[in-house]
Amino acid sequence: MKSAGSSSSAKPRLTTSAMIASIAAEGQRTKPAPFGHALVELARSREDVVGMTADLGKYTDLHIFAQAFPDRYYQMGMAEQLLFGAASGLAAEGFMPFATTYAVFASRRAYDFIHQTIAEEDRNVKIACALPGLTSGYGPSHQAAEDLALFRAMPNMTVIDPCDAHEIEQIVPAVAAHRGPVYMRLLRGQVPLVLDEYNYRFELGKAALLRDGGDVLIISSGIMTMRALEAAQALSDDRVNAAVLHVPTIKPLDTEAILHEAGRPGRLVVVAENHTVIGGLGEAVASLLMRSGVHPAFRQIGLPDEFLAAGALPTLHDRYGISTAEVTRQIKEWLR
Amino acid sequence: MATPTLANALTLAQRARNIRRNALLMGEVQGQGYIAQALDIADVLAVAYFHAMRFRPEDPAWEERDRFLLSNGHYAIALYAALIEAGIIPEAELETYGFDESRLPMSGMASYTPGMEMSGGSLGLGLGIAVGMALGLKRKKSAARIYTLFSDGELDEGSKWEAIMSAAHHKLDNLIAIVDVNNQQADGPSKQMLGFEPLVDKLEAFGWFVQRVDGNDLAAVVGAFDAAMAHAEPKPRMIVADTLMGKGVPFLEQREKNHFIRVEPHEWQLALSELNAGEQP
Repeated sequence: MKSAGSSSSAKPRLTTSAMIASIAAEGQRTKPAPFGHALVELARSREDVVGMTADLGKYTDLHIFAQAFPDRYYQMGMAEQLLFGAASGLAAEGFMPFATTYAVFASRRAYDFIHQTIAEEDRNVKIACALPGLTSGYGPSHQAAEDLALFRAMPNMTVIDPCDAHEIEQIVPAVAAHRGPVYMRLLRGQVPLVLDEYNYRFELGKAALLRDGGDVLIISSGIMTMRALEAAQALSDDRVNAAVLHVPTIKPLDTEAILHEAGRPGRLVVVAENHTVIGGLGEAVASLLMRSGVHPAFRQIGLPDEFLAAGALPTLHDRYGISTAEVTRQIKEWLR
Repeated sequence: MATPTLANALTLAQRARNIRRNALLMGEVQGQGYIAQALDIADVLAVAYFHAMRFRPEDPAWEERDRFLLSNGHYAIALYAALIEAGIIPEAELETYGFDESRLPMSGMASYTPGMEMSGGSLGLGLGIAVGMALGLKRKKSAARIYTLFSDGELDEGSKWEAIMSAAHHKLDNLIAIVDVNNQQADGPSKQMLGFEPLVDKLEAFGWFVQRVDGNDLAAVVGAFDAAMAHAEPKPRMIVADTLMGKGVPFLEQREKNHFIRVEPHEWQLALSELNAGEQP
């Protein structure tokens, strides 16, 4: 093993991917702050929209909304329990709050407040959370590996895991048109742009087959759809044909599309998610297939049931098997 | 500020007695309930609903109503008793308290009961919701107020203090909070669980207009509500109400204090007769 700096050709030492690291790969097409700009666009036509945050406006792209509509922006301070209680109160008075923080704080710190004041009371609050899954190398304090499992388990809650900037722009008006509480994962800053090349439209509760192929079906959500599409391209170089079914709405699940695709014979089914393998899309699909008597060969790609390491995202995504190279390698191994 | 007259004080005394009676009848139906708390807070509820708040019994969701948020959901038996007295819930439903399919579950929930503005039960939620609703009323330029009742035990919850800071930060002068200091929590006397005194000094330091009154002295409670409504500073308002658990039923006032007080089956009627015996002329 080479020690760092032992030669001029050594890989550069990667620095910690902290809070403002972009998930975009070098040279990838991106779009800045899609959530913030889409929310401004929505708010022009809907006067009931208000923005709220707990000291993370700049880190959730809500500052774009704050600049456009300063009098419709509520800075609640670093108090997540208050943020969601107050969001419930504003919703009770007829407003539609978009409340932002990091996924760890909504799911872990404020869970009971969302459960009781928003979900149980069925308030029209849209919760948008940055740093979903493993999108920060800051350590477990900021790595929301279990947010989807927690919100899936909450009655009344719609749960969304978007892939890219193109999708986030469409999710904002779509969740506004849906009456009821929503938890959506957020990618912020320079956000990859991928799905515009697939003639894709987000539809709440619908999965979309982005690519077809006869050897393996990858069912994915969030940034793992981006990785799945890249892996499918790499696999095709080895004459492996991969289909990619993108499932951005984790709850309610598009059971029809999943059963239709997974029921086609002769394909390995792989669920890929930026989330712990416990309680997310993988187990949701597995239990659906079991309940429905559909039994393809089945594998899961996701984060392990452990506290994840700090460091650089490319290193961590390789280590935990969710980088494009690792997705490709695992699928090839399973097909061998 | 309106001066409480003897006439309306007596009317409120009758209301408070009826609230206590309704609560005892519900307790008897179920053979259990947070009856000692209902009896201690009846005077505050009588003043809130029959002196301070604007509402329409036939239209509990009337846009211009004053909102009452019950943060301490286990006091639902008391609020139902007040909502029945206010004509928002029919008196006949009293018989259904706590039974399957009833609109009157033991813990107050917004999704079950007309006039119940929030789902309590998990303590420490109400003041945060109240902040959001008060902000919402200001956005709508509504003249309505938010009232919220919580228990002294809820002062242990950090979320309460987040909301206490926030209400002052946002200058929510349309928010009147009442804390019931009955000094009794699940595990014992509140002040032994997690000390919160000096409460008035603390709340004033947090930027609230604060009054501390005997919560079972109707004239004092009326005076506190009037002053809270009339106060000119752009501050949220807190009424610290010291109350006596079991108030109005002497043998329950004297019973060893417990969070969930035990009442024997034959004692419900005894409690009602003691309540009636205590009636003022």
